[in-house]
Amino acid sequence: MTYIQIGIIYCLLAFVTDFYILKTKVLKLRMFWLSYSIVLFFQFITNGVLTRFLIVRYNDFAIIGGDYTTKTPPLIGDGRLFYAPVEDVFFGFSMILFTVSIWIWLGRRNIQKLPISGPPPRWWPKGHWYGTKK
Amino acid sequence: MTKFSYIGVLVFILFGTVWLEIVLQARVLRKIKRLILTLIPVVTLYIIWDYYAIINNHWFFDPTKTTGVILIGFLPIEELLFFIVVPIAALLSFEAVRSIKQEKAGDEK
Repeated sequence: MTYIQIGIIYCLLAFVTDFYILKTKVLKLRMFWLSYSIVLFFQFITNGVLTRFLIVRYNDFAIIGGDYTTKTPPLIGDGRLFYAPVEDVFFGFSMILFTVSIWIWLGRRNIQKLPISGPPPRWWPKGHWYGTKK
Repeated sequence: MTKFSYIGVLVFILFGTVWLEIVLQARVLRKIKRLILTLIPVVTLYIIWDYYAIINNHWFFDPTKTTGVILIGFLPIEELLFFIVVPIAALLSFEAVRSIKQEKAGDEK
């Protein structure tokens, strides 16, 4: 199997786990997508370092893009997104979905459920673009 | 020192998120049992993937930019640490967002 095939299988497994096995349905939470978008931003930075400097290298038979085992990969293009193979997005997304789903499921099973996170400090800005539901 | 390159990225991820535990009261690291029970299946799933990818040469690691410590015959210690550090960072981010937004995630009662 190639990297993208395994990536898709893991994403489907994570989705089935979240929706049908653990029934946590974190995919329906606005909070999940907000935190995931923050994580994805930092994934592009940290994974960009790992791949731009060839700390981690990928053989071209396994990925969509070409061979960059001995030269710098492109920032964007040839199957690369911020230097890393686009497949890494599937890797990261499935990992985070599994993690948050299992975490919430354990909470629902009364394993160290309380106290819920927060509150933020009083000086933390309120009512900004990220909004706070009234 | 370059052999700590990969470790350095992991340290950056850790320090980039642990402050959320203190400043925004994410309460992830203080729920150590729940955290470990979350990590066990996640780490297992991604070690399996890593095993498949490494024995089939999907990806490999620059020996001059990693410590060279290999666990259970194939797994660079950096990879194991990645599978621990990244889920912790994701949970700290999720709980920090919940701390600010005070929305329900389904485990409140």
